[in-house]
Amino acid sequence: MIIRPEMLAKIHITFKNGVLDPQGKAVHHALKDLGYNEVSEIQMGKYLEVRLEGVSRQEAEPRVKEMCEKLFANTVIESYRFTLDSVE
Amino acid sequence: MNCGVVVFPGSNCDHDCFHILKHVFKLHTEWIWHKGDMDLSRFDLVVLPGGYSYGDYLRPGAIAQFSTVMKEVVRFAESGGRVLGICNGFQVLVEAKLLPGALIQNNTQKFICKTVPVRVENTSTSFTGECADESVLNIPIAHHQGSYFIDPDGLSQLEENRQVLFRYCGPAGEVTDEFNPNGSVGNIAGIINKGGNVMGLMPHPERCADPAWSNLDGQLIFKSIINSLQSGVSA
Amino acid sequence: MKSSTSTDITPDMVRQHGMTLEEFRRIQDLLGRVPNVTELGIFSVMWSEHCSYKSSRYYLKKLPTEGPRVLQGPGENAGVVDIGDGMAVVFKIESHNHPSFIEPRQGAATGVGGILRDIFTMGARPIALMNSLRFGAPDHPRTRFLVNGVVDGISNYGNCTGVPTVGGEIYFDPCYNGNILVNVFCLGLVPSDKIFLGNASGVGNPVIYFGSKTGRDGIHGASMASSEFDESSEEKRPTVQVGDPFAEKLLIEACLELMNEDWVVGIQDMGAAGLTCSTFEMAGRGGTGIDLELSKVPMREEGMTPYDILLSESQERMLVVVHKGMEEEALTLFHKWDLDAAIVGEVTDKPVVRIFENGNPVVNLPVELVVDGALDLKRPTKKPGYLKNVDHVNLKLVSDLALGGETLKKLLATPNIANKHWVYEQYDHMVRLNTLGLPGSDAAVLRVKGTKKALALSVDCNSRYCYLDPFHGAQIAVAECVRNITCSGGEPIGLTNCLNFGNPEKPEIMWQFEQAVSGMGAACKFFDIPVVSGNVSLYNETTGEAIYPTPTVAVVGLLEDRSYHTTQWFKEDGDCIGLIGDTMEELGGSEYLSVLCERVEGKPPHLDLPLARSVNELCLGLIKDGLIASAHDCSEGGLGVALAESCMSHPQAPRGAVMDVESTIRNDACLFGESQSRILVSFSAENRMAVEEKAKALGAPFEVIGKVGGDSLVVNVNGEEFINEEVSHLKKLWMGALESYVR
Repeated sequence: MIIRPEMLAKIHITFKNGVLDPQGKAVHHALKDLGYNEVSEIQMGKYLEVRLEGVSRQEAEPRVKEMCEKLFANTVIESYRFTLDSVE
Repeated sequence: MNCGVVVFPGSNCDHDCFHILKHVFKLHTEWIWHKGDMDLSRFDLVVLPGGYSYGDYLRPGAIAQFSTVMKEVVRFAESGGRVLGICNGFQVLVEAKLLPGALIQNNTQKFICKTVPVRVENTSTSFTGECADESVLNIPIAHHQGSYFIDPDGLSQLEENRQVLFRYCGPAGEVTDEFNPNGSVGNIAGIINKGGNVMGLMPHPERCADPAWSNLDGQLIFKSIINSLQSGVSA
Repeated sequence: MKSSTSTDITPDMVRQHGMTLEEFRRIQDLLGRVPNVTELGIFSVMWSEHCSYKSSRYYLKKLPTEGPRVLQGPGENAGVVDIGDGMAVVFKIESHNHPSFIEPRQGAATGVGGILRDIFTMGARPIALMNSLRFGAPDHPRTRFLVNGVVDGISNYGNCTGVPTVGGEIYFDPCYNGNILVNVFCLGLVPSDKIFLGNASGVGNPVIYFGSKTGRDGIHGASMASSEFDESSEEKRPTVQVGDPFAEKLLIEACLELMNEDWVVGIQDMGAAGLTCSTFEMAGRGGTGIDLELSKVPMREEGMTPYDILLSESQERMLVVVHKGMEEEALTLFHKWDLDAAIVGEVTDKPVVRIFENGNPVVNLPVELVVDGALDLKRPTKKPGYLKNVDHVNLKLVSDLALGGETLKKLLATPNIANKHWVYEQYDHMVRLNTLGLPGSDAAVLRVKGTKKALALSVDCNSRYCYLDPFHGAQIAVAECVRNITCSGGEPIGLTNCLNFGNPEKPEIMWQFEQAVSGMGAACKFFDIPVVSGNVSLYNETTGEAIYPTPTVAVVGLLEDRSYHTTQWFKEDGDCIGLIGDTMEELGGSEYLSVLCERVEGKPPHLDLPLARSVNELCLGLIKDGLIASAHDCSEGGLGVALAESCMSHPQAPRGAVMDVESTIRNDACLFGESQSRILVSFSAENRMAVEEKAKALGAPFEVIGKVGGDSLVVNVNGEEFINEEVSHLKKLWMGALESYVR
């Protein structure tokens, strides 16, 4: 029986510092109106889960990085980070 | 002169651009389907129209940049061909890195459809040659993600090279925050590449170029392109 | 028939399906056996109010549906009217009220999706959307959320599909606090010899499913639209479908490309009641049967039962019957547009729909029983008691105005009269290059490319009038739409309606319905306008509180020459201002009395149909002769508001006006009463004689009442100054008011 290792990449994409995030700003404003004055900053972004089949962690890492740079994030305005977990 | 209008899944101003080129300016115009092998070398002008290519999913233009046709558009642009990206077409051009910067959500967070004044910033290009210096054109915008962003270094390069072609302004040409409809850096509405052959803008010149309307300001942009090509001036 | 789901049907299950035990017994009697659960589900949606029109069908017969231009009347996906030059328009208005209240963004978006499919299903390219929206009081806690959600949903879906939203109306009234109305209109253009219908004919022809995959969305949406809301409705979210406008755009292009070929026999979208409704209705119209194999249906989720698949209301799906032998070509075309597509069945000769799952029969039902078997209910009617309390307004209790400026400003800032640019600027109203003029005019006007012609579209209903007098209120809605078309230079050629009412099981609601339909029918006959499509939305009621009766009408008009297109704003200083029509002392049901004086009472203004006709004839005659520069209908807010709008609404250069009005009635009624059949026009001084002669010749009441010019709107009544306000100031109020309520 062949065991196919499976990896789960959890990817977060947010605006880079200095890029206006109108949604984040609006949500922040709304929270202030609701009395949550302790909130100092909000970053809204995207979250993706990507399942990869038949690759090890070492193989997955550069591939996911490439996907982020090529497609998921526009690096002119967005930054990304991700974690990799193996799935049973 | 041969014109091609690219059709991505989700393009929706493709018919409008086609109509203006073919029926108003009487130019030979063809559709360019987004997939399949193609050679764009027979075209003098390739237009990337407005719309929601691939539903604008992920980011406007993000998926379209990887379509088959975009590889050819890049090759076409690199060999000096004229490329005009309008609205979603502009978004595709920045995603494909044919133009610098990015287009993000309007600071109003709403879709905006209305006619706005824009000031022509550089009339020595093949996309603006028919416009008078610092003239104000009234052109409709219709977008949700049209706020132009570029970092300060990129901006100063754009300014230095006179790559900014259009800025949002007031009726008398005032470039101020009050007349910035979407939060664009420097009120930028349209830019050109360094090579002078690729132009992207958020306003829709094809929406004010048909004699059925009294406002024909958009014609100046099309006429500029046509004249520069017909007079054989290279970009 | 043996059932794969062999659960016994209990009275509780029947009730949960929104059916009465009487209806269930009828099914058993006519079928000659007990239906299985899947079949019960099918009956429950097909016999629901939404699909079967069982409460309304009897009354709808009062509407005229025929005319020389009508190519297709009610009964198909949409109506079709000929406009000459080998072209026809396809149009319909439809409600998405219940889903929009539960989830405004998706509810409104899928409403747009559904009406678009009704239009391109018939072979037409959709070229215009409009909407009629009604929300609760502006200060009701949910209103802001609902307005923003609905507008965002329409904006996102319509804009993405590339169909312009060119006009519409928005009203706010406390009667919609618990039930908002989202009525969406779409119009398409089709060559008159290339119209496609939703029928399945030709035994052996393949039945193809295409579009998005089927999931468990919106199961029982149709029965949701057929019951009242209660406290638990807010929990019903999971049944709301999610729209994918990108998939819709691909469907539009794929369908229109498919229809360029000669492959299609019949085609229908999957709307309410999904695959079930399209299968049965297509077989019903074709006089045939269909065999369906469910395992072939493209599915998004695992473990879906036949019940789920058949009742799912997943969006952006179509069913098409093509000529045998053409299936591979059709599938290739769908795949070109990245759509899922599969052959799921074939047409049979016996009028029975048989549905299988992996070859095992799960449904076997006669088509006619399912499609037409619901009993026509002639529900009892009773004149509502409230009418006694509201049918008179004692004007002695309302003191007349000595000065009108403040009242005018208040009216311009009410959300019903305020300018709607905050809304329509969120809609792409220009794409496709046909829109002549901005939304917010009397009617939207679109050129027809390749011809001299243009189309004028108007949607209207004053539901307060209908509450006070449903018969005349519905007549007024028709007359106002016709007047809007006239002011824009067109002549009406067809009408579609969306009849929004409360719970039909209450005799008082049924009375309102009967009255409104009768009134509408009479007005349509008088103006000779065929009703070619429509939709009924009942049960707009929450915890026993019904909405005002709201029979929304949309009228399509034709401009033989697009140069007739006339706008509402004053053009040149020095032009004369004239009023066609009579002003009477009528304040009942007016915006002034209801909103500013908080009295929803009185009789709605009198509508004299022959007078309406002669007013329209004069206006259109003046337009065609090129004698007038502007024309504007007087409606909510009366002459005062109409005047202000004609001053303010020039996109670049608003203009003032000086009016000298002679009046024998109360000042408030003179300026803010809503007498019907009045049109405000302007024309150059040199045309004055010709205009007056034409009015005399046609016998229409006409008076010159002022002049364009200056920076202010000045109105003198019997020589005394009544209003004197700077136009720029009025415009600021009018433009900014709506945003302050809803943002």
